[in-house]
Amino acid sequence: MSDNYVPSSKFGKWFNDRLPLLSLSAHLREYPTPKNLNYWWTFGGILTFCLVAQITTGVVLGMHYVAHADLAFESIEHIMRDVNYGWLLRYIHSNGASMFFLAVYIHIFRALFYGSYKSPREVIWIIGMLIYILMMATAFMGYVLPWGQMSFWGATVITNLFSAIPLVGESITTWLWGGYAVDNPTLTRFFSLHYLLPFLILGLVILHIWALHVPGNNNPIGIEIQKPSKDTVPFHPYITIKDLFALLVFLIIFSGFVFFSPNILGHPDNYIPANPMVTPSHIVPEWYLLPFYAILRSVPDKLGGVVLMFASLFILIALPWLDRSKVKSAIFRPIYKWTFWLLILDVSVLGYMGAMPAEGTYLLIARVATAYYFLHFLVILPALSSVEKTDPLPLSISEPVLKG
Amino acid sequence: MEKSGKKNNRRDFLFTASYTIGAVGIGATIWPFIDQMNPDRSVKALATTEVDISQVEPGKSITVLWRGKPVFIKRRTESEISEAQSVDLNELKHPEKDEDRVKKAEWLVMLGICTHLGCVPLSDKGEYNGWFCPCHGSHYDTSGRIRKGPAPVNMEIPKYEFVDNNTIKIG
Repeated sequence: MSDNYVPSSKFGKWFNDRLPLLSLSAHLREYPTPKNLNYWWTFGGILTFCLVAQITTGVVLGMHYVAHADLAFESIEHIMRDVNYGWLLRYIHSNGASMFFLAVYIHIFRALFYGSYKSPREVIWIIGMLIYILMMATAFMGYVLPWGQMSFWGATVITNLFSAIPLVGESITTWLWGGYAVDNPTLTRFFSLHYLLPFLILGLVILHIWALHVPGNNNPIGIEIQKPSKDTVPFHPYITIKDLFALLVFLIIFSGFVFFSPNILGHPDNYIPANPMVTPSHIVPEWYLLPFYAILRSVPDKLGGVVLMFASLFILIALPWLDRSKVKSAIFRPIYKWTFWLLILDVSVLGYMGAMPAEGTYLLIARVATAYYFLHFLVILPALSSVEKTDPLPLSISEPVLKG
Repeated sequence: MEKSGKKNNRRDFLFTASYTIGAVGIGATIWPFIDQMNPDRSVKALATTEVDISQVEPGKSITVLWRGKPVFIKRRTESEISEAQSVDLNELKHPEKDEDRVKKAEWLVMLGICTHLGCVPLSDKGEYNGWFCPCHGSHYDTSGRIRKGPAPVNMEIPKYEFVDNNTIKIG
């Protein structure tokens, strides 16, 4: 193992004794990984790529963007029309946000299916949820920067969520805006924070991976295994090459959006400059926020809607303690398996309802779906923990294969 | 024994005093970083706007910007006024008399901002012939009072006065 790693060169040894970077690199190469990891496990690497891509394109876009209410929209058009490859960099950045969320949702649902949030991996899960929340904040503030109609009104609606807080709500929104409405001070601070948060995310990602390397990866059958053992393979080259292949497939889809339909995930109204006098007739957030938006709108009370929306997010942090079943993987949980797919269906329905007008049948369906969302986490999961009769677990990853 | 007890007390006092001063110092240092985000004096200074209303026909309204927010100035028709005045206060989510929301019954001056999440409602729409917010479906009546939907209170009336018959000063 890397603990007793000794560099071969004399200089390497001298340096490693003072700063053990070579030991770290050896640890990352030899890191024992379950040999049965499937392609759902490649999204950690894909997400790391997404973060690096967003930071890289973001830093160069920041060289051309002007954070001012009178100039922001113009400067985006300048990037699109004049700056060399500006269109490419911006389309990678804006579609990159969507691809980032696509990957993070797959990553989260993989953890839900295989029980990766359970002991001893609760801290990995919580850090992951914090990353997810920061991602949403970053994406929201980034969406405001082009200062189009959707930017402006999205910023207005989201910041107004805080006005629902009793007594201090009004002062908080004024403080967030730096004025009496969303205006230039709001834009400049959003730019500053949009630049900062990705680096906080990067820091949390390092902690996320660090916390992962303590117990090691979960795996599709969800049993704890000896590491290293016959059940593991070294990270390099086995997992690096698998991650790389998955990344390439992912990049093909990513490129498909960037080169063939770069605006399909956006909203045409955002190519209209911000106008504080007129709200677009149908405002919707980006697709990755729609389920939460549907929950917000399904409650006919301002404070109630806001509370429920934030609750739907924070409830996920408590998940390791809501689901107390000892068996991790859904493969051995005959009932949980079904509730997992029902949850996927439920969240998809919520997402669809979030994009539809909040009235009539849509509203009714959104309400049922909201109720089921909370039912899943607060009633079904705790109940299953004691009621469900799980299938027998194999003793090791190799056992069922070698016996069969 | 007594001597050491006394020593501990003096030390406890020093600890508590140091922590307190430290906390006050940290608080005083953090405050400028928080307060810089509040509206500055140049923003607060844009507090009044004067509007010429001589061109507004009955039944029409104009929208002006005040402190970055839209203000609706609506010249109401007789039927709109009587509709607003005849409503039973018990029917209202946020009971306010129409008389208390206007200075002259003909002119309704209010912030054109939905009290739900801050969108600008559309005029002459909705089930109560007043305003309708397209974002999350709040209906307001001809006095700008919330009648249906998620908004908690009536649209806000800003501070304003009639400078003369044709001019309104908002703020």
